[in-house]
Amino acid sequence: MNQAQIYAHLNAIFDDVFDLDSTEITPETTAKDIEGWDSISHIRLIITVEKKFNIKLSASDVGRLETVGDLATLIQSRTE
Amino acid sequence: MEKKAPSSNLAPLTPFSLGLLSNSTTELITPALIATAARHGIALDLIVPPYDQVAQQALTHDSIINNSNLDAVLLAIDFRSLPLQLSVGELETSTATISAAIAYLKTLRDGIKAHSKAVCIFQNFAMPVESLFGSLDRHLPGTLRNLIDGINRELAAFVNESGDILFDVSGVAECVGLSNWHAPDLWNMAKIPFSCDFVPLYADHVARILAALRGKSRKVLILDLDNTVWGGIIGDDGVEGIQIAQGDARGEAHLAVQRFALGLRQRGIILAVSSKNTDETARIPFETHPEMLLRLHHFTVFQANWNDKATNIKAIAEELSLSLDSIVFMDDNPVERDLVRQFLPQVAVPELPEDPAYYVRTLSAAGYFEAVTLTDEDLTRASAYADNAKRASLKHSAGDMDEYLEALDMTITFMPFDASGRTRIVQLINKSNQYNLTTRRYTEPQIADITEDPEVLAMQIRLADRFGDNGMISVLICRPEAQKNIWNIDTWLMSCRVLGRKVEHMVLAELLQHANAVGIDTVTGTYRPTAKNKMVSDHYARLGFSKVDEAQDGTSYWKLLVNEANPQRPPMKLISHIAFKTLERTPA
Repeated sequence: MNQAQIYAHLNAIFDDVFDLDSTEITPETTAKDIEGWDSISHIRLIITVEKKFNIKLSASDVGRLETVGDLATLIQSRTE
Repeated sequence: MEKKAPSSNLAPLTPFSLGLLSNSTTELITPALIATAARHGIALDLIVPPYDQVAQQALTHDSIINNSNLDAVLLAIDFRSLPLQLSVGELETSTATISAAIAYLKTLRDGIKAHSKAVCIFQNFAMPVESLFGSLDRHLPGTLRNLIDGINRELAAFVNESGDILFDVSGVAECVGLSNWHAPDLWNMAKIPFSCDFVPLYADHVARILAALRGKSRKVLILDLDNTVWGGIIGDDGVEGIQIAQGDARGEAHLAVQRFALGLRQRGIILAVSSKNTDETARIPFETHPEMLLRLHHFTVFQANWNDKATNIKAIAEELSLSLDSIVFMDDNPVERDLVRQFLPQVAVPELPEDPAYYVRTLSAAGYFEAVTLTDEDLTRASAYADNAKRASLKHSAGDMDEYLEALDMTITFMPFDASGRTRIVQLINKSNQYNLTTRRYTEPQIADITEDPEVLAMQIRLADRFGDNGMISVLICRPEAQKNIWNIDTWLMSCRVLGRKVEHMVLAELLQHANAVGIDTVTGTYRPTAKNKMVSDHYARLGFSKVDEAQDGTSYWKLLVNEANPQRPPMKLISHIAFKTLERTPA
């Protein structure tokens, strides 16, 4: 899956998890940029990502994430 | 504190306020609980105190839990938060550990009981997957498995005495598999107590308990008979032909349904029958089949007739003086299920799988009959109702049948007899007993002759609907009479599976078209009574034929003038592959 496809899915996932209308996420987006991105919605985000892309992310994978760009890179490495 | 879903003005949902006391992360569970409770008729006010404050909340008089006038508190404690001391092989220490865990739970309960009027719902503990030894873990004192077994056992005994309620999470987790249930990664990351996949299942089980506390559990199981209580069709296969014996896989599946129904009856669920059959035929297996577990005296109401099932179920509810939302209806036929759902949405209708081996599991999994206690009244309820397999009188029809038929999106297809349909034609001719006007049996060579005979109008009829293709469901054979311009209906039969769909009206209309095209002015028909075909005694009368004669043995003779006929045109799509010109007649 290429980055464009991943971001298309991620936009939909962010809308769903954070209850937003057409979020425009960029590789630089972080938790500070989105209202309601707390620890619980972070877990919800990870679970939804795991389901959508059919991958499994470990706690250390998740711990290393700083930006949406990190997440997209991680997803790409797992779906190749 | 989180307060969600105010229950004011959500009638007819019944308000219920529940406190959720947990030392794990519940944020992913709470929305599901509220939504699922609504599905069970409950407007849930869910009170969730901040994370990991179980003891403070239970023991302080002015805590959120004790100060919110709750109906119940669910104590959802995870085993990883209990003070469990491993003491492998040490009986005394392990007994003390179990006692300490139970004492902790009792303390929480005593606090809640002292400061509020809430009912306590104790969640028990799902067994961890990992073992130290293997099988030995189960019986060696002081292993985690042994401790949790002991705690679950003692908690159940305690709840039995205290009158609190047990939520058997351990049982739920075992049903789906403990290694699926436990998700160590989620626990480590966020103290989420079990895999998110099972949040809906967990919520459903909680909601069932709340609904049961509010008296919303179902009270009646209405059973279809053919292919539900036994394999096969009693009217066609006869009592020797139905499958209900031990040693026969199909028969055992249906015996399991009977066994389960009997178990439900023993615990106070009322049993009734709704079957499309003649009453006396439907009763035969209960009276004479040696392997049947269910007998007539197990049923309070026994409705076997040819009316639609929604009307019958309504009549059963009225006979029992119980509301429709106390009823579960079990039927193998997707069209019957759909009709009941459409006309009587209050009735619960489990979506049975194809394989009858899974009927019982499907019925049980829905949790329709959840109860939080067993009363003396439950145990005697079955006999409190007169179990005389009574016939309830039918009142008004439950809904607009024509509208329903239209929504079924039916397509009827007429084809002449052909080689590829022959096996099924012969089978229908030799097997159909109920919807069969003359019960004439023909062999395969005879059918081949009929197929070739240009003077005979022979049609095979198929019916499809939005549930799928029913295949060939009707056969008609029409022969010219010696007298000029008359056709006699030699054979007219139909599968009972499509009864009530007005197929016979379409068949008549098709027949009349062909009659008209070749200059036939009269169609005659015969009803030859047998032990099994009483349901078609008025077939010709209903189709507008007039009776010409009736013999001593009950055989009746009917005729219809083609130009006076006014056949109904029920809502279905018609496809006819029967060419008019192939029908020739020998000149008179």
